[in-house]
Amino acid sequence: MTQAPPYNPAHHRFLVFAACVTLLLIVAGALVTSNDAGLAVPDWPTSFGSLYRIPPMVGGVKFEHGHRMLAELVGFLTIIIALWTWRAERRSWMRKLGFIALGTVIAQGILGGITVLYYLPAPISSAHATLAQTFFCILVSMTLVTSRTWMQTTPQSVEDRRSPRLRTLAVLSVASVYVQLVLGAAFRHSGMKLLPHLISAVVVTVLLLWTTTRALMNYSAIPQIRRPALAVLSLLLLQLSLGFGSYLTRVVWSKDAPQPMISMVVVTVAHVAIGAVLLASTLVLALQSFRHTSPAAEPAMAHATGTGKAVMV
Amino acid sequence: MTKKAWISLVAVLLGLAIIFAGCSKKEEKQESSQQEMKQSTQAAATPIDPNTVATISGAVKFDGTAPKAQKIDMSQDPACKGTNETETVEVDGGKLANVFVYVKDGLGDRTFAPPKEAATIDQNGCKYHPHVLGVMAGQPVTITNSDNTTHNIHPSPKDNREWNESQPPKGAPLSKDFARQEVFVPVKCNQHPWMKMYIGVVKNPFFAVTDKSGKYELKGLPPGTYTIAAVHEKFGEKDTQVTVGPKDSKTADFTFNASGAPAGGQ
Repeated sequence: MTQAPPYNPAHHRFLVFAACVTLLLIVAGALVTSNDAGLAVPDWPTSFGSLYRIPPMVGGVKFEHGHRMLAELVGFLTIIIALWTWRAERRSWMRKLGFIALGTVIAQGILGGITVLYYLPAPISSAHATLAQTFFCILVSMTLVTSRTWMQTTPQSVEDRRSPRLRTLAVLSVASVYVQLVLGAAFRHSGMKLLPHLISAVVVTVLLLWTTTRALMNYSAIPQIRRPALAVLSLLLLQLSLGFGSYLTRVVWSKDAPQPMISMVVVTVAHVAIGAVLLASTLVLALQSFRHTSPAAEPAMAHATGTGKAVMV
Repeated sequence: MTKKAWISLVAVLLGLAIIFAGCSKKEEKQESSQQEMKQSTQAAATPIDPNTVATISGAVKFDGTAPKAQKIDMSQDPACKGTNETETVEVDGGKLANVFVYVKDGLGDRTFAPPKEAATIDQNGCKYHPHVLGVMAGQPVTITNSDNTTHNIHPSPKDNREWNESQPPKGAPLSKDFARQEVFVPVKCNQHPWMKMYIGVVKNPFFAVTDKSGKYELKGLPPGTYTIAAVHEKFGEKDTQVTVGPKDSKTADFTFNASGAPAGGQ
């Protein structure tokens, strides 16, 4: 097994910075969609025929081109991350993860270009939205595993005898939030009706409440589990409120609006951004669950009953 | 270079190849549209005896209380200085403007050559003028930008080629056409999201768009029985049958109300 290197604060802080910029990029992308500015810049990879000139940033262009400029910055930061991680990390999976992040951001850029060239086809736009949050999760994961707490604290490995285990609940939570994200993106980009996203919200709520309750009631002494569990719980409540607000402002109040209403833009963009943070927080909770809990050990001996069945002693 | 690096490089190049393939696809679609236009102009127009032509005219009315025009916030672009009210529903004295009236059925196998004269769309005051335009399939449409800001023109048809182009302030006019009949083709500007218009594309020259008087007139019709359709972007479509004899002049009025469904193309 590869030995973890010493804590590298510069590398870690760079990852934190890149993750924050990526969240800003997700907000910028959400602003493009909510302001109906998706094709305000009609060409790609150039912008109004140029690779470097900044066009007048008015109207829809300020959202679309602003999004592209932030995307270029994130791409540049990711190149640095890939190379720096390759140089600085002894954990081979981390070195690979850096290049996976780079491949993901390149694919994301290509998807963004295809949305422009093919006039926002719903599956591509939805995939672009989904991959953005996937990339964000990759960066958050890298940030977590390079943190001082992760690298300098011994994992507690508390035995988990309950069924289902916290690890299982946490993984299911991540999966459910991810499915919810996909359904939300599909609705937002006119590829699907709202109902699947609403039904999935119920599933997500049940799973997250179950997981966070289990975490807080049984592992509150472990701050690495307690803190993300509290974050997930708070973000879930916030996200449900924003979801209701998005429905009101977008589906009900904006039905005959001549242009995107500011209230709709604010609420729907917040819903997208908090969704990303919720997904990342759920992932952190899952990773910490694996690190700080362990399956219950098998018993050393067992009796056979008269029925021929083994019984745990 | 390691094997994995080669695989990654090939994947990126494949991605780029897909994009460029997409570019050439767009050019092929454009070629196909131009070929269709050529074919439609080359098809012989069936002659109509001018001594027998008839006229169908009428008015389009609105029953009930019309929704008020909504205010538009144009502040996101300081160069936009137009009237800041929507044109979705324009009712004046019970008459409904911006209704596209056309001969939907009854012309049989007759073919009509599209005019060479271009229809025009102007972007002025950060609005499209006209708000509803009628053209023949294959007829050129000239688009101008009289504003001091960049607009982009993005029609979203179902049966025609989609395109999206920007036009700088006082830039060179664009010339486009729509090869197939389609009522309506919605058009929007992604720079200024309140800018919307609708284009009715038909295969015959018998169409009109009502103004504030609500009136329309379809002249030069050969004798026959026709389905006349009146289409509004918000209130949907109303059809009526009219039979005209030689040199007839018949009236067909339409009445919309607030409960109508939106027209196709939205």
